Amino acid sequence: MFYQEAGQFSTRYTQDHRVFRLRQDRYGLSTLLLFAFVAVPYLGNDYWFSAILIPFLVLSLAGLGLNLLTGYAGQLSLGSAAFMAVGAFATYNVELRVPGSPLLLSMALGGGVAALVAVLFGLPSLRIKGFYLLVSTLAAQFFVTWALTRFSWFSNNSASGVISAPRLEISGVDLNSPVGRYLLTLAVVVGLFWLGKNLVCSELGRNWMAVRDMDTAAAVMGIALLKTKLLAFAISGFFLGVAGALWAFTYLGTVEPHGFDLNRSFQILFIIIIGGLGSILGNFLGAAFIVLFPVLLSNLVALLPAGLIDAGQIENLQKMAFGILIIVFLVKEPEGLARLWQKFRERARLWPLRY
Amino acid sequence: MEFFFEVLIGGLLAGVMYALVAIGFVLIYKASGVFNFAQGAMVLFSALTFVSLLERGVPFWLAFVISLTAMVLLAVAVERAVLRPLVNRSPITLFMATLGLSYVIEGFAQALWGAQVHGLELGISDEPLELGGMLLSQFDIFAAVTAALLVLALSLLFNKTRIGLSLRAVADDPLAALAVGIRLQRVWVLVWAVAGFVGLVAGLLWGARLGVQFSLSLVVLKALPVLIIGGFTSISGAIVGGLIIGASEKLAEVYLGPVIGGGIENWFPYVLALLFLLVRPAGLFGERAIERV
Amino acid sequence: MAQTQATKVEHLLVLENIGLSFKGVKAVTDISFAVAAGEICALIGPNGAGKSSLLNVINGVYQAQQGRIRFAGEEHRRMRPHDAAVRGIARTFQNIALFKGMSVLDNVLTGRNLKRRSSWIEQALRIGRAAGEDDRQREAAERIIDFLHIQPWRDTLVGKLPYGLQKRVELARALAAEPRLLLLDEPMAGMNAEEKQQMSRFIVDINRELGTTVVLIEHDIGVVMGICDHVVVLDYGRKIGDGPPDEVRQNPEVIAAYLGTRH
Repeated sequence: MFYQEAGQFSTRYTQDHRVFRLRQDRYGLSTLLLFAFVAVPYLGNDYWFSAILIPFLVLSLAGLGLNLLTGYAGQLSLGSAAFMAVGAFATYNVELRVPGSPLLLSMALGGGVAALVAVLFGLPSLRIKGFYLLVSTLAAQFFVTWALTRFSWFSNNSASGVISAPRLEISGVDLNSPVGRYLLTLAVVVGLFWLGKNLVCSELGRNWMAVRDMDTAAAVMGIALLKTKLLAFAISGFFLGVAGALWAFTYLGTVEPHGFDLNRSFQILFIIIIGGLGSILGNFLGAAFIVLFPVLLSNLVALLPAGLIDAGQIENLQKMAFGILIIVFLVKEPEGLARLWQKFRERARLWPLRY
Repeated sequence: MEFFFEVLIGGLLAGVMYALVAIGFVLIYKASGVFNFAQGAMVLFSALTFVSLLERGVPFWLAFVISLTAMVLLAVAVERAVLRPLVNRSPITLFMATLGLSYVIEGFAQALWGAQVHGLELGISDEPLELGGMLLSQFDIFAAVTAALLVLALSLLFNKTRIGLSLRAVADDPLAALAVGIRLQRVWVLVWAVAGFVGLVAGLLWGARLGVQFSLSLVVLKALPVLIIGGFTSISGAIVGGLIIGASEKLAEVYLGPVIGGGIENWFPYVLALLFLLVRPAGLFGERAIERV
Repeated sequence: MAQTQATKVEHLLVLENIGLSFKGVKAVTDISFAVAAGEICALIGPNGAGKSSLLNVINGVYQAQQGRIRFAGEEHRRMRPHDAAVRGIARTFQNIALFKGMSVLDNVLTGRNLKRRSSWIEQALRIGRAAGEDDRQREAAERIIDFLHIQPWRDTLVGKLPYGLQKRVELARALAAEPRLLLLDEPMAGMNAEEKQQMSRFIVDINRELGTTVVLIEHDIGVVMGICDHVVVLDYGRKIGDGPPDEVRQNPEVIAAYLGTRH
């Protein structure tokens, strides 16, 4: 009843092809963006910015990066954290060694370096398919963390490879406060998601999905496998690199290579599994889940009588609950939260009718 | 020169340990077509159970039997809760399910038995043996012999028994196996139980070497290069792969390490496996998947 | 199709002495024939005769060890599938090779990928040549969808469609590339009589209205005799018949091997 499509017809192909075809969706998105950019800075407090919203946004972006490669292009990867690390350390070095470099440019360059590294470790995808490709990205994961720790040049000769955030400012506006960092992150993430959405709906996105579904047929149709796969690695690497820079500088403040280890790669993989492979919205949903789940769980435990479960056990229980949820998701809704949302929307379009 | 051989043999024997873990993978992959990322967690769980029982005064062989039973129960649970609902799904989905499974088993193992490091004494002397001018660890030799016996037993199981025939049928084509009346669920439980047994043996040996602790589950990460080189479906491949990885890792550590820097063993096996894949995309002994258009 | 006519018959595809083997097993031996531009040519023969392999050789999926292929006057020594597509050869597969994760429209649009001029960056930023190109490609895709009557399923995931429709969508995808030569591998496999009639009509329409040369592998002799201008018969990897349908039908070797002997 409220979510009716009646009276909304596309008269031109461009209208039909729009990202949000329904007027209600467009209003909804505009309201959400308005709320995020204008209202939240006033309503939120420092804890929300620093501990919930910023990691949520950054992890969504990281999820999108991996989703482009694994969900859309079908190239399985466990090296996401390594590419994030490259982005973070490259951005740091650009800021350090190129004085006066604008922050956004440094991050873009950092992303660019990550893209190149991703392409390097993505080259084997031309010969190796499917599951075996894991080896290449795992090699990237271990090699990058080793190299960043071993060669202290990357971290300006600090003892254990630790780097810390540069001053965050754009055109003189200081962004170091929690609100400032939130707005910076939000702007970058929204911008890159817009780019990502365009890519996914474009010819390249379709080519990725073609390569994912059946690459021999894709080649027969004239799709250049080499270019398509390598672009997937490059663009994914870029997104992950920028996410890594944001993670290091707007969320943590200081980071060492160890913070981008295999567990982080798994975390991002879980985000896209739970959120939905091959989905844009899914990245947000998955990231929200990953960020909020531990918080929810510890709040739940706090409700129980004190001393019933000690702190160490909570971690173990969290691990178990997490694993169980992954399995449940894979069994019940393999297409993730995004698909659940889609089903909900489809019901809403027809409500109060059933079908 | 002798030093080189000493390092080499040391590496080979370490490789045998890797091979032991890899064999568990091969078993499950052969029968259910899934790369069981939870194998490492299973190694940890079985070793942890065993060692905790020992510490509570349970005699050695009883503890072994109880741990083995626990692994069988685990196999039943896994088949019910994970394999059956996910039958027919893509291999990547199954892999991710085992990823989740590894979290569950790890969390459970530590929730049950705690997170401290446990030492494990198997009663094998630590004194090195002198053989032809080289110093070899008795323990490593013991491990190698154990592995050899295990492989022998497994080959007999696969090739000479009726159960083994069923296992191979299921590995080839589960649907066809169902059609000829093979009980898929029973086969899966059996395979996971056997893999659990192999995991227990591997866990005991690794645990005696490194101490039984959480990092034991990370040993799974070394198994992947072994399997890449040896092929996912061959037990002998797992042995050969393990030997190659073990030897090259040790040699790289000793000879390349001083040049490039310490800690190479983290990524060297992977890069090696990668180079291997580029030359032989299906591993040394693996089956070449033929894509029919 | 009489060769005695004064007009020169233009051969779009010429195979000369093609030989293909897989690790010692000979798939096809010494195959030579020519396909004229604008004709419908059928490749028939018992199972295992090497028909699919031959098709794979024509569009570069397999590389022949012996012989030459000339397409549109140009010779090909080593052709990869991508080159074949660029030169204007499109095909469908025996076991449907659709992109199961995408809708019908998206599948057809992937067929248009060679017709695009804008780069991926332009498309990502929605600037330059990308603006407006989407509309043109969509228009072209819709023309094909109209032609094959699959409009109602435009937005359906192909994996959800029945077999017959999937075959049609695969045909649409191949047509979207506006090919000069269309290779169809058993386009009517698994269809009942009515569906076969429908598909035959589509193939004839494609040939007459769009002017596309068609080479198809087919088992139904009725279809072959009904719609084809030219028939090539294979048996055990060798050519045993080549000519207009009526001629081939009376060839004793072909009858013995394939059509069955009269009692």
